[in-house]
Amino acid sequence: MALDTPGAALTPAISFRHVSKVFGGVHALDDVDFEVMPGEVHCLAGENGCGKSTLIKIITGVYTPELGVEMAFFGRRVASVTPNIARQNGIAVIWQDLALFPEMSVAENIAFETLLGNLPRLVSYRSLRARSAAILETLGEDIDLDARLNTLPIAQRQIVAIARALISDAKLIFMDEPTASLTQSETDSLLGVVRKLAARGVSVVFVSHRLAEVLDIADRVTVLRDGKLVGVFEAEGMTQSRLTELMTGKTFGAEVAARDMTGAPAVLEVEGLSRHGEFEDVSLTVHKGEVVGLTGLIGAGRSELGHALFGMTRPDTGAIRLLGRALHLRSNRDAVAEGIAYVSEDRLSLGLVQPQAIADNIVLPILSRISRRTGLISPTEKAGRVEHWLRELSIKAGQPGDPVSTLSGGNQQRVVLAKWLATNPRVLILDSPTVGVDVGARAGIFRIIRVLAEKGLAILMISDEVPEVYFNADRVLHMAGGRIRGEYDPRKVTLKELEAAVYG
Amino acid sequence: MVKAFLRDYPTEARLLLVVLAIVLFLSLASDSFFTLVNFTSLLNNTAVNLIWAAGLLVVLIAGGIDISFAVAASVVQYVAVYVFEALGGGNWAIGFVVAGALGIALGFVNATLIHHFRIITIVVTIATFNAFFGLLMFFTSGRFLYNLPDWWVDRIIIFEHQTANGTWAELTLPVAVMVLCLAATWLLINRTTLGRQLYAFGDNPEGARRLGINIALMQFLAFGWMGMMAGIGGLMQVNIVQEVVPNALIGRELDVLAAVVLGGARLGGGRGSVLGCVLGVMIVALTQNGLNLMGVSPFAFKMVVGAIILIAISASNLSFARRVRPPVGGWK
Ligand SMILES: Nc1ncnc2c1ncn2[C@@H]1O[C@H](COP(=O)(O)OP(=O)(O)OP(=O)(O)O)[C@@H](O)[C@H]1O
Ligand SMILES: [Mg+2]
Repeated sequence: MALDTPGAALTPAISFRHVSKVFGGVHALDDVDFEVMPGEVHCLAGENGCGKSTLIKIITGVYTPELGVEMAFFGRRVASVTPNIARQNGIAVIWQDLALFPEMSVAENIAFETLLGNLPRLVSYRSLRARSAAILETLGEDIDLDARLNTLPIAQRQIVAIARALISDAKLIFMDEPTASLTQSETDSLLGVVRKLAARGVSVVFVSHRLAEVLDIADRVTVLRDGKLVGVFEAEGMTQSRLTELMTGKTFGAEVAARDMTGAPAVLEVEGLSRHGEFEDVSLTVHKGEVVGLTGLIGAGRSELGHALFGMTRPDTGAIRLLGRALHLRSNRDAVAEGIAYVSEDRLSLGLVQPQAIADNIVLPILSRISRRTGLISPTEKAGRVEHWLRELSIKAGQPGDPVSTLSGGNQQRVVLAKWLATNPRVLILDSPTVGVDVGARAGIFRIIRVLAEKGLAILMISDEVPEVYFNADRVLHMAGGRIRGEYDPRKVTLKELEAAVYG
Repeated sequence: MVKAFLRDYPTEARLLLVVLAIVLFLSLASDSFFTLVNFTSLLNNTAVNLIWAAGLLVVLIAGGIDISFAVAASVVQYVAVYVFEALGGGNWAIGFVVAGALGIALGFVNATLIHHFRIITIVVTIATFNAFFGLLMFFTSGRFLYNLPDWWVDRIIIFEHQTANGTWAELTLPVAVMVLCLAATWLLINRTTLGRQLYAFGDNPEGARRLGINIALMQFLAFGWMGMMAGIGGLMQVNIVQEVVPNALIGRELDVLAAVVLGGARLGGGRGSVLGCVLGVMIVALTQNGLNLMGVSPFAFKMVVGAIILIAISASNLSFARRVRPPVGGWK
């Protein structure tokens, strides 16, 4: 649709051929060709760890590719790329891990580009703020320009990262999972921006695991699998299931998995729980072996409720009971001791010790359980558990001893899940468990959630993706404005009806 | 105004309160504390530490640490003596250029090792600390130098005032130099693009690299600046004590480091301000001064200073933990 510019023989905005990258013997990319036309919205699709972010890092000069590569920007061949060369060629990136500066102000984070260069200049904070404000306005976002970045919630940081990429008048923008932590309306407004950019002739390379989004926005899709190019496809006429097949080489079906578990004993009971400004008069019950889905738009108070149930904040009124016993959680340690596990939505920054080994991260909360009486950790016990979880969650990792930071974004999230599942909890609270996780692995994660439920775990699954709770929960609670607005049985309503209720 | 200050500089605001509390307490506890004479001598005595603190602040912001600067200052003093001799005596202008340049050169030694051999800063500077000190003792055989050019050791008074009881309150050259060094550092880190890049680099090195910030330049700038401050501080130290002693400065690096960290600069980079750094040094200096006036043994005041630093750092960490959201996912 965007290729209606006259003259079919356009020069590609970027053309990279024979791209390979080896990390310690593992082929992250193997002879991949990648081409994007001016004004095109091009999606890069593939499972976690297939090499999407690595390809972006090579094109933007962060990693050096193996020999034999041919690289060109707008028809001009280049021998090598550095971040500066990429930027001079009009390339901007929204990184999957954002790559922002947490201690600096929003304005500086957005307009840092104007502060670059090897020669000192005086900083004009006024123009810095003006430019940042202008760009936020085009995004329709209102964020305090002087706030320190690390005081913002993760979704707003994502907006800041988006704004940073837009400020440079780039000719091609990479967006590595920009929507992973955005609300539906923020996502819509970002997709609107992408369309506007494309109309202006800017190319956008878009990475997302939400396939509906991909097919909605893309002109073409490049599919990678295990570091190899599967092919380049027109988005027109492509379906989600076909795309899934291309990405994974397997087929998946979606069926409602709900069962009636309300007869089982109640494990987690919440009664009249309120916390000023966050949620009000929330009552809910999760039974043994039950998966309760909690959905609603962001800002509905779902995550805040999760925090309170995990002892991270204290409710003003109301009661939390575990197996009939009232709980007074003073901290998340109390919650862990009671057998409550919580996988937060902001997993990348807070859940993992990045430079440490994958194995060490997984066993972190259960160190005491795998220690011998001498206090030393039993290496066989540790290796066994780690291997179990790596297999169970099909985590694509080199060696268990490699640092977590070498994993792809989606695989890092699976490590966080593994870490909490390893605590063998009674209640599991999952906040957006599949954000940034590919389709194949989503199915895997839901299968695990199922198995855990069948073993008797009570699970509260928070998600803003309605289909996710619809297909995988036994009961669905809808939250809005801090209150529970309704309860649904997926077997008795259709997905359309539930979506209509939630999205209004 | 005040609200914005409290929001943007919570650490500095807290330190300011501590300074005020100490001043109030000491004014009540000792007659000779709240006097112009005492304050001017306090400033004269902390000038060199403040100059070094300004340099160290820049290194800490960039995510590094430097143990070697005090010894480097001694090396600069010795080498400078010979350079001045070779230049026929020298003067203040030559003095600043030579001391600054020698300091920068020593800072570049650190930066080179850090950048080109990818060794972490604490290891490099512990190594250069030992190397500088070893070389200095070897070549000087521990000799003191008293025969220094007059311009170097003459006291230059920039402010004087006779108090009612006849004693003189005076400020000397090192105080003026200290003010200039702090102002220059403030300008560098707050108002220049390179200064902001230093913050960014210290805050998120990988993010800085992906933006194309010149990492080598950052290391050389940070350690060059530290070196320059070390050299100028060394020059001023001689002006105060009027002698060059090879092991006079060793150990001072830890006092300065503790004060700068107390002032809110974070080990690990990305945070710290000139104001906080000044307040950190002042808290330590005021405490020492106060205990001194109250006739407490110098060993006790070492202990008290240690305790203050511990309390202040843990207090700022505690309130920090409360301000940000609790660590989701439990412990780190
Ligand atoms: N710095 C590194 N060192 C070692 N291995 C790495 C490094 N970076 C990436 N890898 C490996 O390269 C492969 C591709 O990773 P990449 O981050 O490109 O995946 P991705 O397609 O972006 O996945 P996701 O959807 O999970 O973000 C993975 O197997 C990963 O473990
Ligand atoms: Mg990725």
